[in-house]
Amino acid sequence: MKKRFALAIVLFILMAGCTDTKSRSTGVYMLLDTSGTYAVELKKAQKILNYLLGVLAPGDTLAVARIDTGSFSEKDIVAKVTFDERPSVANNQKRAFMQQIDTFVSSVKGSPYTDISGGILQAIEYLNEAGSGKKYILIFSDLKEELAKGYKRDIPFQLPDYNIIALNVTKLRGDNIDPKEYMARVEDWRSKVEKGGGEWGMINDLERLDNIFTN
Amino acid sequence: MTVANMLNLTASPALSILIWIVLFLAALYFARRPFHRAVMSFSKIIYNAMRFTSASVLSAEKRLARRNREVLMSAGLENAERIVEREFDRIAAAVTRDLESYPNVHRQLSEVITKLDEDYTESADVPPSLPNWMPIIESIAKIKHTGDSMVANMLSEINRSLNDQHKKAIEDYRNSTASRHAILNKMMPFWRKVEKSLASILKSITNIKKRSKTVDRYMDEYEQIRSKSDRAARALSTSSLTQFAIAGLVLLIAIGGAIINFNLIALPMSEMVGGASYIGPYKTSDVAGLVIILVELTMGLFLMESLRITRLFPIIGAMDDKMRRRMVIITFTLLAILAGVESALAFMRDRIAHDMEALRQTLAGAEQVGLTNSMIPMVGQMVMGFILPFALAFVAIPLESFVTSSRTVLGALVAWLLRMFAFLLRLLGNVGFYAGRFIVNVYDLAIFPAIWLERVVLGSKSKKLDLLAAERPEDSPLIEEAVDIDSFDKTLEIKEQQE
Repeated sequence: MKKRFALAIVLFILMAGCTDTKSRSTGVYMLLDTSGTYAVELKKAQKILNYLLGVLAPGDTLAVARIDTGSFSEKDIVAKVTFDERPSVANNQKRAFMQQIDTFVSSVKGSPYTDISGGILQAIEYLNEAGSGKKYILIFSDLKEELAKGYKRDIPFQLPDYNIIALNVTKLRGDNIDPKEYMARVEDWRSKVEKGGGEWGMINDLERLDNIFTN
Repeated sequence: MTVANMLNLTASPALSILIWIVLFLAALYFARRPFHRAVMSFSKIIYNAMRFTSASVLSAEKRLARRNREVLMSAGLENAERIVEREFDRIAAAVTRDLESYPNVHRQLSEVITKLDEDYTESADVPPSLPNWMPIIESIAKIKHTGDSMVANMLSEINRSLNDQHKKAIEDYRNSTASRHAILNKMMPFWRKVEKSLASILKSITNIKKRSKTVDRYMDEYEQIRSKSDRAARALSTSSLTQFAIAGLVLLIAIGGAIINFNLIALPMSEMVGGASYIGPYKTSDVAGLVIILVELTMGLFLMESLRITRLFPIIGAMDDKMRRRMVIITFTLLAILAGVESALAFMRDRIAHDMEALRQTLAGAEQVGLTNSMIPMVGQMVMGFILPFALAFVAIPLESFVTSSRTVLGALVAWLLRMFAFLLRLLGNVGFYAGRFIVNVYDLAIFPAIWLERVVLGSKSKKLDLLAAERPEDSPLIEEAVDIDSFDKTLEIKEQQE
């Protein structure tokens, strides 16, 4: 009887220890605005990506996609990687990723329209598949969405457990004349994200990138 | 009819209030005795319960103190036995080393003495004397010749022969003396040898005498512990506290070493078992690193046990020598392998750290400066990785001291806590009792007009009783209760003394 009891306790401890299936990895999906007015800012995006490559650990996922006329497409994913569990292999993957981004930034062409919503929908799909524990969608854009004729993006976002962070939200010429436009634009995105159950954040000062993962 | 109307007994509110006060005082007066009894009973319940509990706690404390003393004495006895045993082992080793070869030394001494004796005898040989006819010739040689040339020639020849003989005799004597001196000179090393052998024997004997005195001293201590004297208990208690503090300090240092060791191997372990998997809330690589360190500690523990340096596992100490030796070899080999693994992991850690730093600098867009290619940090880490497991193996010694001394130290601490608890219980009991008396006195103070009236009425009946009441403001039942409680105190004290 005592032996059985001891065995049950041992099994319980083992099960309690090993059945922790919750993923602790981080998934980051970064959207880069390549519209004509914003394409010049991509050098800054490169710095942000270098920062991300520095802080992401083995097992984490990173993907970079462009925002163009129709962003809800796998073709818009510029580079994606899930880092290997071994640190040495992960380091090599980071080097390769950095080179891919360098190539993209040097050869990128501006797009006439800005489909941010499509990019977010694509990011949700990708990160859900990746199965990351903590999910971040970084939007490197001025948040001015311009959809081409016929494109429909009136789908509500499903963003539970997501952190949506807008980076380098530049002020447009009109914003300077009437700041309300800028505020309304930001507020519009905030409400969309929070309605979908996500957490909204905004970082304009690129010296404070460590705030990305504070949530 | 409202409550206010009910309370108004007369038209005058002041009169109504007065009537109510009088009625209230009367009610309190009639309820005085039952109230006194109730309060005193309650305070007595608290008092008795606290005293009983306190006595029981004190009894437990005494039992614990007895148990602590037994544990202390037992540990002291074991320690003294171990020390005496070790001294006997040393004496046995000294006797084996020094006196085992005594027959040989004795034989050598005998041989040397025989040789010395022979040499002495040889050196004592008298020098060869002159021939017997020499005095005759000497007397003939001294005869004065008359001038005869032949006689003169003969005598001069004899004189010459005599002088030659003398010279030869002196020469022989000198040679003989020189050879004797040579023999005596040859004896010097033998004397020195004898002196050296005797000095070595003297040293051995002195050493054994010294050790026997040490054993005597330890045996005295052992006897004192066996007799369970208070002096021995005090000495052991102090020693136990010191051991506890020192062993605790050394264990803290060891924990620091283990943490450094862990940091040395946690990163490279992620290269082996992956850096993204978890066991519970902990990274698998961290757990693996911790397991390696714990296995090293366990091996160190077994090694020390097998070498009979510690006695945490009696089953290992009780093994036969052959099996123990095997265990020593196995545990030492495993420890050496683990040390090698750690050294390799330290090497890997250096490589990974170097690679990570290079990547960070690339990502920052800086040139790769400051990345030293020196071998010194890598070799340092590897050496540290190799040495730390062996250093951690010695944790078994302070661990044993800590475990042994913690039994008595924790026992003493619990005994002190029990004493404090008993004191608090007694204090609470007394507070409860005197609170009861205080409430009774306050009650009497509140109804003092009624009590005063009682005295006035009863005064005419018995002045003596009034006088007595005036001298003792407390109610008589209270005094009785107090007397009862005093006698109860005495009973408890006697009982405690008996225990």
